Amino acid sequence: MSRWRFIIPLAVFALLVVVLAIGIEQSPEKDLIPSPLIGKPAPDFSLPSLTDPGQRVSSAQLRGHWYLFNVWGTWCGSCRMEHPMLLQIKHSGLIPLVGLDWKDDRGDALSFLKEKGDPYESIAVDQDGSEAIMWGVYGAPETFLVNPQGIVVYKFIGPITEQAWAQQILPRLPMSQAPAAAAGS
Amino acid sequence: MTARLYAIVIATLVAALLLGSSAAYAIAPEQMPTPQLEARYLALIHGFRCMQCQDESLADSPVNLAADMRRQIRDMLLAGKSDQQIRDFMVSRYGYFILFKPPFVPKTAWLWLTPGVLLLVGVIAALRVIRQRAAIAATDLEDNDLTDV
Repeated sequence: MSRWRFIIPLAVFALLVVVLAIGIEQSPEKDLIPSPLIGKPAPDFSLPSLTDPGQRVSSAQLRGHWYLFNVWGTWCGSCRMEHPMLLQIKHSGLIPLVGLDWKDDRGDALSFLKEKGDPYESIAVDQDGSEAIMWGVYGAPETFLVNPQGIVVYKFIGPITEQAWAQQILPRLPMSQAPAAAAGS
Repeated sequence: MTARLYAIVIATLVAALLLGSSAAYAIAPEQMPTPQLEARYLALIHGFRCMQCQDESLADSPVNLAADMRRQIRDMLLAGKSDQQIRDFMVSRYGYFILFKPPFVPKTAWLWLTPGVLLLVGVIAALRVIRQRAAIAATDLEDNDLTDV
């Protein structure tokens, strides 16, 4: 019995190694903080439209269909990087993009969209940054996938790449599953 | 971007030096109408993490998002919300990660319990060693007594 006692500190040490290894392994993802909004209703909002300041963009109008809620700003370099991909998503016709222009200059935003193209179905303006807090945004771009019941299904942090679109977002869309189901039957 | 951040930090430090007094805060705290509200406001903003700089509190962070969140907290205080309501709101948007002091919930139980368990293991181990040594000392004593006689 006492002959094997030296095993105990070794076992504790091995356990510690495993725990720390897991910690290091996962540490690159510590920048991506999981959103507590997943599976919960998206925040209700009614904000002025960027393109038509007389109009409002509201969560009530968006009920009943899927949409991607994309937080961006012209001051945000990664958002400019992401922009061509957003245009590609628009052209796919699979899901509408709703923009939240976060603490931006209206003139800058409009001229940017005019020059590079406007991928959004509608764009809400968050002038003072309070709407971004409601969505738990901590950096742009961030993109939320919202279902017809208004529930946040998924949050993507950072610029959407072609790979992220194909692997993270597309498989979560019901329309991308429909053809496969049809082919199966 | 980083150069700009450094410039801001240096400018803030220089300003703090020049002004002399309130150098305890990187950010001048927004004024609240009563000392009670001011105290609650300061306690709250020191308890929340700045989500962009992560190792700084909302009170100490110079980034825009932290300023927006401080304003959100101030508005909620002025609207008569309790500290708990404000904490719950922040957690509902950003998760427990935003709290510097994690709450005791099933997901974080191991975090709070592990030190206690380790302490218990240490105490038990120490007691066993002490008893063994006492037993050895006692037999030694007996031996001595025998030789003395």
